[in-house]
Amino acid sequence: MNFSEIDAGPVWLSLQLAGATVILLLIAGTPLAWWLAHTRSRWRTCTEALVALPLVLPPTVLGFYLLIAFGPHGWLGGPVKAVTGSALSFTFWGLVLASTLYSLPFVVQPLQNAFETVGRAPLEAAWTLGASRWDAFFTVASPMALRGYVTAAVLGFAHTLGEFGVVLMVGGNIPGQTKVVSIDIYDRVETLDFASAHWLSAGLLLFSFVVLVFVYTVNRRLPIRI
Amino acid sequence: MTNAISARFKLDYPGFGLDVSLDLPGEGATVVFGPSGCGKTTLLRCMAGLERAPDGLMRLDGEVWQDGQTFLPVEQRAVGMVFQEPRLFPHLNVKSNLCYGLTRVPEAQRVLTLERVVGILGIEALLERRIQNLSGGEKQRVAIGRALLRSPRLLLMDEPLSALDVKRKREILPFLQRLRKELKIPIVYVTHSLNEVLQLVDTLVVMEAGKVAARGPAEEVFSHLDLRSHLDAAMVGAVLETRVAEHDPAYCLTRLDYRGQNLFVPKLEAAVGDPARLHILSQDVSLALDPPNRRNSILNVLKATVVEVGPKEADNHQVDVKLDAGGPLLATITKKSFESLKLKTGTRVFAQIKAVKTMTPDQV
Repeated sequence: MNFSEIDAGPVWLSLQLAGATVILLLIAGTPLAWWLAHTRSRWRTCTEALVALPLVLPPTVLGFYLLIAFGPHGWLGGPVKAVTGSALSFTFWGLVLASTLYSLPFVVQPLQNAFETVGRAPLEAAWTLGASRWDAFFTVASPMALRGYVTAAVLGFAHTLGEFGVVLMVGGNIPGQTKVVSIDIYDRVETLDFASAHWLSAGLLLFSFVVLVFVYTVNRRLPIRI
Repeated sequence: MTNAISARFKLDYPGFGLDVSLDLPGEGATVVFGPSGCGKTTLLRCMAGLERAPDGLMRLDGEVWQDGQTFLPVEQRAVGMVFQEPRLFPHLNVKSNLCYGLTRVPEAQRVLTLERVVGILGIEALLERRIQNLSGGEKQRVAIGRALLRSPRLLLMDEPLSALDVKRKREILPFLQRLRKELKIPIVYVTHSLNEVLQLVDTLVVMEAGKVAARGPAEEVFSHLDLRSHLDAAMVGAVLETRVAEHDPAYCLTRLDYRGQNLFVPKLEAAVGDPARLHILSQDVSLALDPPNRRNSILNVLKATVVEVGPKEADNHQVDVKLDAGGPLLATITKKSFESLKLKTGTRVFAQIKAVKTMTPDQV
């Protein structure tokens, strides 16, 4: 067994995928979580159920539908191919999009909880002090929801790092493009390269553990407790 | 007095309605008094723009905040709001909380400086502190300061003392009285505590079930005989606006002038000429037809005339009598005495006052 046998490519790709996914999710998840936390609309329950769906669905089911949608003839892949020349399936950005859906609840739910905990009262106070809605969001609601953001970012990142089924369905196994570390481990086991599989698995295990310890530590030390 | 604030709101929620039309003076403190659930908080929220009453009207000094066409969002109304809970921002320290509203007002429109507000509220020592390390009373003082520094043209206070214990109330009330005296900003103050009313009120609005039951100067409203239905029986009494005439250190008394007549109270910490507000419970006033002789320990006797007699209910042994002693005074006496004295409107009596409550902050 030799450490140099381990290809850093899939590890690096996994980190890029998780990073891009989390950034996208924080941007898209914030308004969604905000809406869920404050709306009295009758669509709220349905939307909450949709957001939670990836928690219970077999990743292969989600992956199957996404594969069809992302393909050259899919409702999303088709138009994308017409513009860029290639469909979304079996590409890095297809994976990012799939991961965004797959990890959605891990980001939206902590954010929604955080916004609900902040509540309306401090916002009303900010408005009466002359802050506009946006101003109050950025200077009062977001900083008060900081713990929620840390939790959301880390859970989203770690969960994307560990995804397997959706990636396999949508991305396949293209080195440098869609071959992420979880797929790489599966490959190694298939080819009976248990030593490398050990290294990669242990690395992922340790990384996940360290990340979670970090989150809990940071969360405990953050100044804002509501 | 000018009627600088016009507020008309009508709301119809299931199980709750608000139907209020008020013109309030543009100075001094208007206290809105009423039991929980009577709609006084909702009234305040409508005035601030936090609640939207369709077809409502809100005008301040001719500036329209709400009418048929306009609804100015909260942040564009020069309103200072103090909530029941302090609602301070936990991620900012005291100074940053105070400056949150201040920095959002253009410099030319700022009417108060940080130093002045900090001085009035006595929070110099707290500026660098974190919110988490403040007591309840300190938090509420910071919240009041934060609202003032927004340079409001109207200060709305929603039971700001109700979440505090008696000791903290005593700590804050003097500051509220200073605000009322020193700042030219009209205050609308909501409370269900009669003591707070008596401490702060210039104009009183009594609310009941979403409607205004009575309004006017405190002296006048408190003399309404039908106010009894809105108050604890033990709280019914007249409010007397007097002036400090003289201190008598030998007996530890202060002589007050009440429209030409004298009243003696335990020595007050006030200068000669200062106003002093008294609350005289109707049950502490007894009536006599003859002038009091010297063989009587009662110190305070006012010459008065009966102006109105309350309803004589079959199952009640007492009756309320409204007197004119230069200003209104209420007495509750037994029906038996009422008959034997042959009292009627116009009868001249001597009102013997057994106890006088002066409205200083330690009375809370």
